[in-house]
Amino acid sequence: MVNDTTKTYWHLFLAFFRVGILGFGGGPTVVPLIQHEVVKKNCWLNDDDFSQILAIGNALPGPIITKLAGYIGYRVKGIVGCVIAIIASVVPTVILLIVILEILVKYRDNVYIAGMIGAIFPVVAVMMAVMAYEFLQKSWQDLKTLKFIIILAIVTVALWLKVSPPVIIIATIIFIFVPLIWRRPKS
Amino acid sequence: MIYIQIFWAFFISGILSYGGGPSVIPLIKEQVVDRYHWMNNHDFSEMIAAANALPGPIATKMAGYIGYDVAGWQGATVALFAAIAPTLLMMIALLGILMKYKNSVYVKNLTAYIRPIIGVLFVLITVEFVMDAIKASNILFTVMLMVISFVLLQKMKWHPAIVIGVAMGLGALRIYFI
Repeated sequence: MVNDTTKTYWHLFLAFFRVGILGFGGGPTVVPLIQHEVVKKNCWLNDDDFSQILAIGNALPGPIITKLAGYIGYRVKGIVGCVIAIIASVVPTVILLIVILEILVKYRDNVYIAGMIGAIFPVVAVMMAVMAYEFLQKSWQDLKTLKFIIILAIVTVALWLKVSPPVIIIATIIFIFVPLIWRRPKS
Repeated sequence: MIYIQIFWAFFISGILSYGGGPSVIPLIKEQVVDRYHWMNNHDFSEMIAAANALPGPIATKMAGYIGYDVAGWQGATVALFAAIAPTLLMMIALLGILMKYKNSVYVKNLTAYIRPIIGVLFVLITVEFVMDAIKASNILFTVMLMVISFVLLQKMKWHPAIVIGVAMGLGALRIYFI
C-alpha cells in the first residue's frame, strides 16, 4: 500500500535525517533503520521492493546509505527528492565532523590537547587492525585457502613493486570479466 | 585544477570500494595522503577517530571533511558529489540490467576478489599507524593504549566515541607520567 500523504519533501528529509543521525556503525545497523523508515513508517516501498533494491545496492560499490537514500528519494519525489534525501542523510554529520576537527586543530598547540591527540593514533591503529582482520578473514572464508593465498601473494608483490592500489583493483575487475568477453562468441 | 583533483580522488576511491563501507578508507588514504599529500598520517588518523565517533556513513563524512579542508565549501560539495553520484546514477539508470545480474557469479566475484586486496591495504595502514604512534609518544605508551583500546572496542564492545575519549584522557595524563 502506497501512502500518498507521506510523499512530501519534508517526510523524505525527516526520514533520511533520522537515518543519518541515528545510524552508528555502518551498513548492518543502518539498513534496518532505513527499512523501518521506508517500509513501515512511510510506506514508500513494500518489503519485496526494498530487498530487491538493497540487493542491487549491495552489488554496486560505495556506501549503502547514500545509494538507498538517493534511489528511494528519486522514486518518491524525482530528482529533487533524490537530492533532499542525500543531503538529509549526509550533510548533518559532515558539518559535525568539520566543526569537531576545526576545534581540535585550533587548540593543537596546547600541551594537553597535543597529548590527547597523540593518544588517538594507537586507537585508530587498533581500528585499522580490526578492519584488516575482518576483511581478510571474510575473504579467506569466501575464497578458500589456496585462492586466498595466491591473491594475497600477487597483491603483496604488486604493492611492493609500487603498483598503486586503484590500478591493482582495476586489473582485478578486468581479470574477473575477461571470461565473459571470450565466452560470448560461442553462445 | 584543485576541484578536478578532488573529484578524481573521491571518484576513484568510491567506485572501487567493494566489500562494504569501510573498504573506502585505505583507498581514500592512498589518494589524499600518498598521492595528493593533502594530509599526513596524523591528520588522517585524527579524522578517522572523529568520524568513527559520529553517526552516518564514513565515506561521505571523510569526503565532506577533506573536500572542505582542501578547498572550502565548494571543495566539500565536489568531493561529496564524486563520492555519491557515480554509483547512484548507475543504480537509477541501470536498475533493470542490474536486477538481472545482481546474483550473477561475476558480480559476486567482484566483492570476493577485491576484499582481500582491501584487507592487505588495511594491514599496511595498521603498520604505518603503529610506527607513527610510537614516534609520536613511545613504544610503552603505544602498546599500552593499543591493548586497552582493543579490549574496550572488541571484548567489551564499547562505543568508539567513548574509547577515543578514554584514550584522550590517558593522553592528557601522560604529560605528568611518561
